[in-house]
Amino acid sequence: MRDALDGLPALANAEPWLIDRGRFLEVTFLCAVGPASYLIHIHRGRLEAVEKGPFVQPRWTFALSASEAAWREFWQPVPRPGCHDLIAMLKTRQLRLEGDQHPFMANLRYFKELLALPRAGVAGV
Amino acid sequence: MNTESGPRFEPAVGRYLNLEVAGTPHRIYVEEAGQGIALLCLHTAGSDGRQYRGLMNDDALTQRFRVIAFDLPWHGKSSPPAGWQTGAYRLTSDAYLATILAVVDALRLDRPICLGCSIGGRIVLHLALAHARRFRALIGLESAAHADAYYDLDWLHRPDVHGGEVCGAMVSGLIAPTAPVAERWETIWHYMQGGPGVFKGDLYFYTADGDVRDRVAEIDTGACPLYLLTGEYDYSCTPADTLELARRIKGAKVVIMEKLGHFPMSEEPARFLGYLRPLLQEIEDAGR
Repeated sequence: MRDALDGLPALANAEPWLIDRGRFLEVTFLCAVGPASYLIHIHRGRLEAVEKGPFVQPRWTFALSASEAAWREFWQPVPRPGCHDLIAMLKTRQLRLEGDQHPFMANLRYFKELLALPRAGVAGV
Repeated sequence: MNTESGPRFEPAVGRYLNLEVAGTPHRIYVEEAGQGIALLCLHTAGSDGRQYRGLMNDDALTQRFRVIAFDLPWHGKSSPPAGWQTGAYRLTSDAYLATILAVVDALRLDRPICLGCSIGGRIVLHLALAHARRFRALIGLESAAHADAYYDLDWLHRPDVHGGEVCGAMVSGLIAPTAPVAERWETIWHYMQGGPGVFKGDLYFYTADGDVRDRVAEIDTGACPLYLLTGEYDYSCTPADTLELARRIKGAKVVIMEKLGHFPMSEEPARFLGYLRPLLQEIEDAGR
């Protein structure tokens, strides 16, 4: 399942409309999948790199953390209620959002769609 | 282009209604389709009456019901009142109730059914408490006695975040993942078109002023039947919230709707109508 994030740059950079909507976005965020962590670097909406942890001194603007089980459910083609959306996962306390939330909130659709890309076969998020 | 059969208008007709709410003149947009028992529909926070397009376009429904939806002041094609530019918009229980009753009076509706979703699902509880005998039946969609804010509402209205983008993105997950793509994005578009601070102002009613937890047990469903329908994917008003509400109101009828979220009438109208039709039949058969 961790391959879901390893494969994210290829998925994201093949989506011109996603990249266009993220064209003002310059950010590095941390995504934690259970004990594993990833630094995701975005430049002008493109995913420049995904670095896999563990990290000694990670630098990031915001971090999204959830258990492996929660992400696995989120990436199902039709996730169950409460695991089907990042904000739903926040409400149900399965997702933790830390750090400077401004780039996340100002580009909320971008991040919802970006992180749903590994969810194959589902139109829209 | 087929011009022989004339323009392909939908049956709904919209007009602007001039009325006073608590002494303040308002210009309110009202849409309706059909004939029969009046079914007054209330939209969700930060959206407008277009959410009921699926009901107004349903022939079977409009043959027996006069489906009416109005845009609250500040929403859709209704104007904010003169002088709006000098203060923040905040929806209160009193203003919401007064607006609904003013519309019912202005349209001379005789004991309509009132169906409201989200904030509309909350205000029908207030109607049940204070004005039950003015309605034939009340239907609350995504209805709870109270909702906690689960994010900082200031994100919805600040100059360094685009209001339309963030409001649309914030509610997108409230739609069931199984909803048809076109209806999903139509629903989101209405949120993207809301005026600055309006969604946030409505949520003042939803998360604070409209709390009726300490009063819902007083609702008399003998005076007016109450139906509560909630979609399984709604994490704002969850099925558990609605079941708890129904548990506290003697005689309330509750339905949890599969594969629907917070906007059942808009995100998948056909599926929602499958749940609504039997209730309307029951109300019609009661002949009250």
